[in-house]
Amino acid sequence: MVNAMAPPCQVRVPIGSDGDIIVARQKGRALAAELGFSSTDVVRIATAISELARNVLTYAACGEIRLQPLNCRNRCGIVIVASDHGPGIADIEQAMQDAYSTSGGLGLGLPGVRRLMDEFTIESTVGKGTTVSATKWCRP
Amino acid sequence: MQQTHRHTLPIDSALELRRELVAHLRENRTVLREEWVRRITEAQLLRAMTKEEIFAEATSVYDNYVEALETDTLEALQAYARSLSERIIPRGVETDEVVGIVLLLRDVLARSLFGKYQNNPSKLNRVLDAYEPAANRIANTVAVGFVQERERVISQQQEAIRELSTPVLQVRERLLILPIIGVVDPHRARQLTEQLLRGIRTNRARVVVIDITGVAAMDAAVANHLVQTVEASRLLGADVIVTGLSPEIAQTLVNIGVDLGKMKTMGDLQGGIEVAEQSLGYKVVPTTQTEAMA
Amino acid sequence: MMVPILKQGHFLIATIMAALSDEDMRQFREALLDRVVSSRATAVIIDVMAMDVLDSFATRTLREIAYMTRLRGARTVLVGVQPEVALTMVQLGLHLEGVATALDLEEGLAYLDRVNRRG
Repeated sequence: MVNAMAPPCQVRVPIGSDGDIIVARQKGRALAAELGFSSTDVVRIATAISELARNVLTYAACGEIRLQPLNCRNRCGIVIVASDHGPGIADIEQAMQDAYSTSGGLGLGLPGVRRLMDEFTIESTVGKGTTVSATKWCRP
Repeated sequence: MQQTHRHTLPIDSALELRRELVAHLRENRTVLREEWVRRITEAQLLRAMTKEEIFAEATSVYDNYVEALETDTLEALQAYARSLSERIIPRGVETDEVVGIVLLLRDVLARSLFGKYQNNPSKLNRVLDAYEPAANRIANTVAVGFVQERERVISQQQEAIRELSTPVLQVRERLLILPIIGVVDPHRARQLTEQLLRGIRTNRARVVVIDITGVAAMDAAVANHLVQTVEASRLLGADVIVTGLSPEIAQTLVNIGVDLGKMKTMGDLQGGIEVAEQSLGYKVVPTTQTEAMA
Repeated sequence: MMVPILKQGHFLIATIMAALSDEDMRQFREALLDRVVSSRATAVIIDVMAMDVLDSFATRTLREIAYMTRLRGARTVLVGVQPEVALTMVQLGLHLEGVATALDLEEGLAYLDRVNRRG
């Protein structure tokens, strides 16, 4: 039994196989529902996790998804951090272009994830890896 | 300079004065409370409430007021002001009435202090110096509590009105109409979409007519939302026909890259319904003709 | 994770019962396309009601199934997309142009019935 009074805490999911994508989004789903997100937002968050986790797997073979509940100035939220030590992204600007990423699923799907979430940041160093953070705030 | 002087009263003397004040208000509770209620009735405040109700609330406010003076804490009074507001707002009590009754209480109490210390003006001054800031803080707390509660009620009502202002209507089996009127902001657009998608599922709709004749303007974000609504409806198996598209909104849609050729549009709501009925297999025939056929 | 594929008349009905991994999704695509050929079905209904997420990979695979099925002379109807999922898909920029959709299995069958009568 989980103590109902305990605040939800951070969840880490290592990503190394395509089954891990499902684990990550199921954990994200549960956490988002617990934080009080609407059913549509829960699906948005789970889908964003799915996209980010698949990027990790496709471009870096392995990495991690971290799900962090947020509580700031009376509103709560969730931040998804996807990090890997893969080859990195040479041209972030290009990766964030819509046409580049949604045409038949050739790209990273990052602009789509940005649309699903409220805040989005990406840091990448070629040869070192990539970290994407995406935040969603709970609507009152 | 004088202000500074007022605040440099020896602490024990200020405390002493407040204690004396509280004792006076406790002693004269019955008389002062009755006087306050009389003044409220005379000023025709709280007319939505009965005399008994006014008396009961006045008693609670009075006791909380004295307690706030005694302890110099506002929490209990704040909580009481909130619950009082919750009770009286649905009765139609206005902000000026609440401010009015608190100011009346302040006046009633001040007059009684005048009466008590009229032969000792310097003491009267000191008592009033101790009383006034506290009384102002209290009046402020009650008024702010009321206004906050009122704002909460208003925003709740706005939400309810928004829900009502975007009715999803079923005109025929499998056919829904969504007439949108007025200003559409992103919040309303989101709500509208979710309502429509729910409506499609509950009514098992196959065709939806979204009429935006009553929408004067649409920014790119809302236009984008409209397009997403059309696409999401299709994923649930419902075709969308948009009617009443003004040239301005059509231009906005083209500007954000929407291929209007892919969107089903009709000039007006009637045309939209006719097309929808056709695609559902309905045929509307004038009654004279059906009689002739029979 | 196996996806049951039932044959009913000239139709195949595939019901996805739970979240599928990418590998499961690929296997499902192959199995379904094989069945379309071997059963000479004229239409395929894919029920995704139990899928709580349709991300870019799942959508792309469903689109591929629809296109390849058409190349084999059968139609595809996608049924059971949940409202929240539909909204998320379009926001993500995913679409299923050219794939027929219906509310649920019953509506999917009714749709095929109408199409067949129209010829």
